[in-house]
Parts: sequence; C-alpha cells; structure tokens
Amino acid sequence: MVAIRATLKRDLVLLLRRRSEVLNPLVFFALVITLFPIGISPDPALLATIAPGLLWVAALLAALLSLDGLFRSDYEDGSLEQLLLSPQPLPALALAKVAVHWLLTGLPLALMAPVLGIMLSLPAGSYLVLALSLALGSASLSLIGAIGAALTVGLSRGGVLLSLLVLPLYIPVLIFGAGAVQAAIQGAGVSAHLAILGALLAVALIFAPWAIAASLRISING
Amino acid sequence: MWAFIHKLGSPKWFYGISARLSPWCWALAVALILVGGAWGLAFAPADYQQGNSFRIIYVHVPAAFLAQSIFVAMAAAGVIFMVWKVKLADMAAAVMAPLGAGMTFVALFSGAVWGVPTWGTWWQWDARLTSMLILFFLYIGVIALRGAFSSRDSASRAASVLAMVGVINIPIIKYSVEWWYTLHQPATFSVTSRPAMPTEMWAPLLIMVLGFYSFFIAVTLMRTRSEILRRESSKRWVRDLLGEGG
Amino acid sequence: MAFESLSAFLAMGGHGPYVWAAYGATAALLLGVTLHARAERRRVLRDLRRRLRRERRQAGSAPVSPDERHARES
Repeated sequence: MVAIRATLKRDLVLLLRRRSEVLNPLVFFALVITLFPIGISPDPALLATIAPGLLWVAALLAALLSLDGLFRSDYEDGSLEQLLLSPQPLPALALAKVAVHWLLTGLPLALMAPVLGIMLSLPAGSYLVLALSLALGSASLSLIGAIGAALTVGLSRGGVLLSLLVLPLYIPVLIFGAGAVQAAIQGAGVSAHLAILGALLAVALIFAPWAIAASLRISING
Repeated sequence: MWAFIHKLGSPKWFYGISARLSPWCWALAVALILVGGAWGLAFAPADYQQGNSFRIIYVHVPAAFLAQSIFVAMAAAGVIFMVWKVKLADMAAAVMAPLGAGMTFVALFSGAVWGVPTWGTWWQWDARLTSMLILFFLYIGVIALRGAFSSRDSASRAASVLAMVGVINIPIIKYSVEWWYTLHQPATFSVTSRPAMPTEMWAPLLIMVLGFYSFFIAVTLMRTRSEILRRESSKRWVRDLLGEGG
Repeated sequence: MAFESLSAFLAMGGHGPYVWAAYGATAALLLGVTLHARAERRRVLRDLRRRLRRERRQAGSAPVSPDERHARES
C-alpha cells in the first residue's frame, strides 16, 4: 500500500513538473474541435447534431496522444525496471500509474469538454452528461490504452503501432459514451448508458492491470 | 493431462502425427468446398427476395465464421503458450493470424459486393460488416505487433497478450456495435437474419462451413510444419529427418 | 439444377458480376493461401537441405565448432 501511494505521488509530481505533457492533450483536443467547424460548416444546427460524436472522438484521440508517454520516460531512465524488481505486486503499481494518467489527462479532458461543447452549440441539458460520460469512459480508455503502451514501450517506433493496437479496442467505449450524450440531447434516460460505461470500466479494472503487468514484463525482459 | 499436453507440445511428435493427418484434411477440404460450392452456385434454389445474389451467402458466411473462429483459436494458442510455455502453440498462432486476416478480408469483400444488389450501395454501416471491419483491424494489430519485435520470444509473448485482450473484447465490440446499429438504423433488412431456410438452402451452407474449417486445419497443419522446421532447424531430429531425404 | 442453360447460370439472373466477384475473390484467397503454404514448405526444406549439405562438406574438412554453427544459423 505504501509503495502504491509512493508511486502515485512520484508520478503526480513528475508529471506536474513536465507541464507540457499534461497540457498538450488538452490543446490538441481544443485544436481538433476547432478544425471541424472550419472543415465542415459553421452552421450551428449542423454542428449541434454531430457535436456529441465529435467531442467524444476528439477526446479519445487526445487521450490516445498522451498514451505514448505513459511508460516511455520511465522506460528510458530505467525506473520501470526498478518497478519490475520491486517486491510489490506489479499489477497494483501499474494501476497506480494508470490512475495518475487518468487524473492528469482523462479528467481534465472531461472538464474541458463542456467548454468546447458550447463552441459546437451542443444542446443544453447534455453538458453534465458529456463531462460525466467522458470522465467515466476515459478511465477505461486509460486502462485499455496502457496495455498497448506497455506492449510498445520497448519499440523504437511504437507510436503508430500503439494507435493501431488500441483504437479498435476503444470502440465500445466510444459507442456508449457518445450514445449517452446523444440520449441526453433527445431527452431519453442516460442512466443505462452510464451504467454500461461503468460496467466496461469494471471489466477493464479487473483484466487490464494483469495485462499491463504482463506486457511490461515482456517489454523489459525481452 | 500434463504428460498429454507436453507430448502434444513436442514439435517432433506433432510433425509426425500431422504428416499423417494432413492429407485427410486436404482431401476433406477440397471435396467439401467443391461439393458445397457447386451445390450453392448451381443447385440451390434462388431466394424469393434477393434472387441469385443470395448465393454469395455460401462464401460470405463461412469466411465470416472462420474469421471469428481463427481469432479465438489464436487466443487459445496464446493462452497455452503463456501458461504452459508450449512453443508449438505459438508457432500455430503465428501462422493462423495471416489466414484469419485473409478470411476477414474476404468476408468484408463478399459482404460489400453483396450489398450492391441488396442495399444498392457498396458499403453500409451494417452491424455485421462493421464488426468484421473492426476484427480486421484487430488482426492487423496482432500481425504488426509480432513483426515489430526483434526478439522472437518477446514477439510471441506480446502477440499472445494482445490476442487474449482482443478475444475478451470481441464479444463486447460485437454487442455494442449491434446495439449501436439498431439505435441508428431501426428495422432495415439484415443480410443474414432471415426466416428459417429450407433444407436445400442451408445444406450447402453447412457443407461449405465444414469445408472452410477443414481448409483452415489443413493450412495450419502445413504451415506449422514449415514453421517447426524453421525454428527447430538445429535439432537432431530435424537433421536426421532431412538426411534421410524426408 | 436451378438454371436452364449455361448462359443463365453465368448471368445469375442479372446478379452475375456480384456473385462471380464474391466467389472469385474467395477462390483466389483459398488458392493463394494453398500455393503460398506449399511454396513456403518447399523453400524451407530446400534451404535446410542445402545448409545440411554445406555443413557436412565442411565437417569433412574441419570439425564445426558449436559457436560457429550458431553464428551461421542466426
């Protein structure tokens, strides 16, 4: 428990010190959202209909962008190897690292999304659901993505491969996340969507830490 | 059980037994696919709604079945490799992935071609086609990951982990895509869910499915044998085998 | 027989191009996979035999040390 708390704290401090790594996904998110009205049309009615999907896809890509750095710097300075050698259970330590990643990318993205929603004239009444679904969904995204990041951390050009591995696995989260926002716009109940997002997160929480740990072992020892 | 797994996992033993099995698998595959293909193409009655374009079902459905089964088989081989360190399982998984990707591609292609006479378009975001497309990306991911490592052992283990993660995700993806599709496209005509087929229609389909499975087994046996020779080339028994002109 | 004549069979009631394209692609895949598997098996056997012969020749003149053999294999 102490080791897990120490990992949490160390990662938080390290990431907060490298502010650009935290800020980059947020800036990317805002930039991509800016591209759509320019590329499609500034018509608010049109933007409102596609806003839930756009916001979700852009947030997903922003989260993906930050994944490559999840283990990269620890791998390069050798502290990942130390983590593997420590007597603490590796899945728990991996979970701590993923939690930090979510705190500093998923959560900020979820908090920022309503602001971008205003710019896409997202209909009122769906802002809270947008933030909630993104907060819940991005935790699953971080967990699933960490498996891909762990598998590719030892490869010199892992970035593109990482997105190839991870994006297909993101689709269920995207479907129910964007679905929740759409349901909120149509005035339908959103609890079912959020419940399914929660269930996906539970499944990811059960399986992903083990897969991340196994992948890290492969990348380090291989 | 242990002894059996280890005997089964011995490349030498497998090489011998597969040599005897292989011709039967090939014969079965060729016979079933020829009979099923001819029956489906020429003898099965045309569909009352879709006419003769319905005959595409006899290649589309077997390919789609096989595409999904191969992924499951690949993941199962990955589990056997990771848990019991059976190298043979990994050799089989390595040769299965490209075949699975090929089958997925054929299922996608025949689905798209079938779409023209049925939907009037080459592509529709139909639930089955969409999940096939995602499956195709999953296959490409596994193949690319295996190719990205320089050490064979890391490549094998990484591909096994990804195949296992993928196989846990496939049902989730399938159900979420189906749910998504019914939400956006209520009550459109689905290609394969239809009222009960008469016997003359489903019998050739069954034969084709069995033929495709035999083909899969035959190809996997053959390519695993090549892979064994390649990886075990410095072993005594391989040298003896080749020395005798085997 | 569901068809009256060969031309009717080929036309598939107007759906000929689609049916034949789907069957053609499938046949191409099955054949391609088979031929590739066969070519691969022949190539592996040929390479291994060639290497074995070479090693026997060299073993006749000078015994091959284990690390030399390893270096050649990798």
